[in-house]
Amino acid sequence: MKINDALPLEYRTEENSNKIFGFWLFLGAEIVLFSTLFAVYLTLWNRTGSGPTGKELFEINGVIWETVLLLTSSFTCGLGIHAMRLGMKKPMMIFFGITLLLGLGFLGIEITEFVNYVHEGATLQTSAFLSSLFVLLGTHGLHVTMGFLWGTGILIQIKRQGFTDETANKSFIFSLYWHFLDVVWIFIFSFVYLKGLM
Amino acid sequence: MKNKKRWLFTSILISIIMLLSGCNSMVVLNPKGPVAKTQSDTIIFSILMMAFVLLVVYILFVVMLTKYRASKTSDDYEPPHMEGNKWLELIWTVIPIIIVAILSVVTVRTTNAVEKVPAGYETQKPLVIYAASSNWKWHFSYPEENIETVNYVNIPTNRPVEFRLYSYGPITSFWVPQLGGQKYAMSDMVTKLNLVAEHEGSFMGKNSNFSGKGFAQMEFEVLAQTPAEYSKWVKDVKDTAPKLTEEEFNKLLKTEIVGRKSYTSTHLGFAPAPMDMSEHGHDGDSKTESTDSGKEPMDHSDMSNMDHSNMDMKDHSSMESGH
Amino acid sequence: MKWDEFFVTGEPMIYGAMVSIVLVSIAILVGLTYFKKWGYLWREWLTTVDHKRIGVMYILSALIMLFRGGVDALLMRTQLAVPESGFLDSQHYNEIFTTHGVIMILFMAMPFVIGLMNVVVPLQIGARDVAFPRLNAVSFWLFFAGAMLFNISFVIGGSPDAGWSAYFPLASLEFSPTVGNNFYSLALQISGIGTLMTGVNFIVTILKMRAPGMKLMRMPMFTWSVLITNVIILFAFPVLTVALALMMFDRIFGSQFFTMANGGMDMLWANLFWVWGHPEVYIVILPAFGIFSDIISTFSKKNLYGYKSMVFSMVIISLLSFLVWAHHFYTMGAGAMVNGFFSITTMLIAVPTGVKIFNWLFTLRKGKISFTSPMLYAMAFIPIFTFGGVTGVMLAMASADYQYHNTMFLVAHFHYVLIPGTVFGVLAGLHYWFPKLFGFRLNEARAKLAFWLIVVGFNVAFMPLFFLGLQGMTRRMYTYSADTGFGPLNFIATIGAFVLAIGFVVLCYNFYYSFRHSPRDEHGDPWDARTLEWSTPSPVPVYNFAKVPHVESQDAFWHSKKHNAPLYKEGPYEEIHMPNNSGQPFILGVIMFFAGFFLVFSWFTPAIIAGVGVVIMLALRSFERDHGYHISAKEIAATEQKLRGDSV
Repeated sequence: MKINDALPLEYRTEENSNKIFGFWLFLGAEIVLFSTLFAVYLTLWNRTGSGPTGKELFEINGVIWETVLLLTSSFTCGLGIHAMRLGMKKPMMIFFGITLLLGLGFLGIEITEFVNYVHEGATLQTSAFLSSLFVLLGTHGLHVTMGFLWGTGILIQIKRQGFTDETANKSFIFSLYWHFLDVVWIFIFSFVYLKGLM
Repeated sequence: MKNKKRWLFTSILISIIMLLSGCNSMVVLNPKGPVAKTQSDTIIFSILMMAFVLLVVYILFVVMLTKYRASKTSDDYEPPHMEGNKWLELIWTVIPIIIVAILSVVTVRTTNAVEKVPAGYETQKPLVIYAASSNWKWHFSYPEENIETVNYVNIPTNRPVEFRLYSYGPITSFWVPQLGGQKYAMSDMVTKLNLVAEHEGSFMGKNSNFSGKGFAQMEFEVLAQTPAEYSKWVKDVKDTAPKLTEEEFNKLLKTEIVGRKSYTSTHLGFAPAPMDMSEHGHDGDSKTESTDSGKEPMDHSDMSNMDHSNMDMKDHSSMESGH
Repeated sequence: MKWDEFFVTGEPMIYGAMVSIVLVSIAILVGLTYFKKWGYLWREWLTTVDHKRIGVMYILSALIMLFRGGVDALLMRTQLAVPESGFLDSQHYNEIFTTHGVIMILFMAMPFVIGLMNVVVPLQIGARDVAFPRLNAVSFWLFFAGAMLFNISFVIGGSPDAGWSAYFPLASLEFSPTVGNNFYSLALQISGIGTLMTGVNFIVTILKMRAPGMKLMRMPMFTWSVLITNVIILFAFPVLTVALALMMFDRIFGSQFFTMANGGMDMLWANLFWVWGHPEVYIVILPAFGIFSDIISTFSKKNLYGYKSMVFSMVIISLLSFLVWAHHFYTMGAGAMVNGFFSITTMLIAVPTGVKIFNWLFTLRKGKISFTSPMLYAMAFIPIFTFGGVTGVMLAMASADYQYHNTMFLVAHFHYVLIPGTVFGVLAGLHYWFPKLFGFRLNEARAKLAFWLIVVGFNVAFMPLFFLGLQGMTRRMYTYSADTGFGPLNFIATIGAFVLAIGFVVLCYNFYYSFRHSPRDEHGDPWDARTLEWSTPSPVPVYNFAKVPHVESQDAFWHSKKHNAPLYKEGPYEEIHMPNNSGQPFILGVIMFFAGFFLVFSWFTPAIIAGVGVVIMLALRSFERDHGYHISAKEIAATEQKLRGDSV
């Protein structure tokens, strides 16, 4: 196995640098996936049928909290990777732990929001607008959920094995994923909530 | 290899014979109105252009295969290394671009032409006919004459006819090949098709877009008559046919396949077409209307608060019981 | 759903299919047990991560699906042979043309192409395997699970019946109330995810794992075509993922994306479907272009003419492929402006395609052409595909398309590009690389017989459809009356279809015949070929290359043969690191199959349990510590000694 010590730990083996490149490609596919969902949403957003419009539905408070939590988690995730590169195991685990907790908080608010919508009679079945809203937000939320499970798995592995080529590689790839979800959320915030409230 | 060439040759020969003998049966190339004529001319022009392209490729192909086969060269012949040739490659890039450019001009012109009221007929007031599909039949409403037919449509010759198409269900496509190309009929918007018949006669019309079980039976007759005969037919219908009640219409929607029917009123009063532009003061000026219809798919936005949601409900229930 | 609706009933043909499925399954089980092959099957195939074996499994599945799709085609042609035929009823016919389309494109053309990619690409670039062997196995088993899920709809629940394009609202619950289209959305979803993973895998493989000295512009044309194809996969398949997910939500969870009430928009589906669907056409055609390029070059004994413009034209085609989707529905009334734009982009594709045709023709020039079976397919491809291509230009003209749309003319056109393009391409590739995989060539006499039956049958089957289209015969109609005059041409077409089918039978028989009678290949280079895959012994050892080849030019192997320049550096063998086999991808495929199956019938509790199973499989993989194994230098030396004799 070729090992290049000049690179950061997560890039050192050829296999690992391939994995990072492959993950970037996967994120490219994810961008297309979310772009399609956005295109669907923007096509259907004022086809509300007999259901409520975005303006009637959205509550800005929860959304702001979601945004704050997710942006902060992206920041702490970055700090975690920085700590990893410095070889500091405990700070890295703490930062990753915070990241995941913030993600959990985000999910909590989002689920509450969904429950509120449904209580107001705005369900997936109500109108094309709501269908596209739920599926767009739900896909993002599902990604965050998967990210939470994945991150938890990585934390356990780092606790057991410390920083190895493999765990460093996984953590780094996880951080790419997590930042990506943050970027998607910024688009959701702008094109769904701000646009809807305007 | 010899039988391959022979086969190619005979197949081309057979095609030509079929083409020549079959011209009458090929409805697309046997137009009876200006729209279909434009399209038929476009098709024949493109066939000629493409035949030229094919000829060039086939000649080169035959030359290469006959001249450079291994059996014709000596055993120690070593083919040369050839990187390519800038000029040759430029030629076979530029000539296709020129061909595509010519075809593009033709396409844009003819597409514009067939979307509009045919040249020479712009000044006449078009006869508006609503053509709606449901299950596996067609409803034709004549708001001007206040009559409605099912599965047949009579039109006067030499007068522009504006078909306004929509569907009570799956997407269908309204097609009368000898008068002009098809257009989709959809449930949430009205599309428009301008046709003119310049010859009298009975023409086949059909739905060409697969729409379920009874699709193959979804044909109708278009009868082009002289204006005098047409007026007489309208009068006949008014004298003899019953009124189309809402109840009768809903029953009709539920029936999967029916024969011909005639009525002395239309369903537009109690079940208007979706997004009907004509009721919003666009009537008359066909030019603006055709551009309007061009933009329709982009702005369905305000559709949901139109009254057709009401219509949707109705026809949903009828569809369900139809199954 | 009531239990008596679970199995499709009432059709003798379907009972026949059920019985034969049961019998074949029992035969396989008994056979495996009797010959004590269970362990072999599991160890060598179901758990393999070797790209060559995965490739073989893809190709085998594709051949089985070709049989299924072909039988569908024959049933359709039999029904249409004469007017007012009572052979099939409308519902049955609708299901058959739907499954024919879906299976031929997604479960035949795709896996065939991907199978050849798997077999050939790592060998052509001098790599030991793909970048992610385990992911590769996952891709295959997801594809396979999807294919099986789709096929099971024939006997359980009912097949989809809204066409392979599944236009809404026809495909909605309202107008298509059976579970058929649930099968469509879930089966395609599962195999689509596998395809997307293939896309990622091969881009990384080609960009990062080439042998030293193999610059991008030295890659064989097939590898180039695969690279470009996988970029298209990466950008097109997520759109299908979304479209199918929305379809599933509409049908199973009652959402309103494409419905007729509450703001749903039917043409949104058509747009999403074709934004994926048109690039999909190029996903199956570009690798065929690559295969033909390699074959024409090999059997003309010349390098490929205009290499750079060949690459460049494929890049242009891939870009344009994303800008033409609306030509599938000019007739929706988008207006002359929009249609004009899409007409021009569509016709522009003819330019790079034409460049490729002329480059192939000039590759032949001054060559030394030998007409082997792969070359015959390539030579039939050029004239027939050009014919299909120019009819495509005719269809691209919006005003004329109003007359061709939905007619047999269109059907004839796309069969005239997809069969000589994709099908001849993969068959040529199969004949060409077959000795690399199995160590013996397919019998030439029988291969050529099959070829001529296929080529003649194809033209007789599809040429009449052009004329039927111009006569006004629409596609997808299950019957027509005698006074339409469609009868005679349809009858000719049916004869052609059966000749074509006989050709395929001969082709398949040739596998068996050649297995029995063909002489075994000794040196690994039966065609005197040009690219790296022929420099290693046949069948290829598990590690592909004992030493990493060093590449100095295009057609690296040819160069080394002509200039006596060794591809491999002197020196002792080094040990080789290989990935371990794993049963996880197979198990994941099985779980995905059941997850899909339960969702089809809206059995949510078992579906959720299966979903949890998927998550558990992912976690298992994350926590697994598997560093593969090493093949020692001594073992390599022994293997090479056996395969090559004393040389090297």
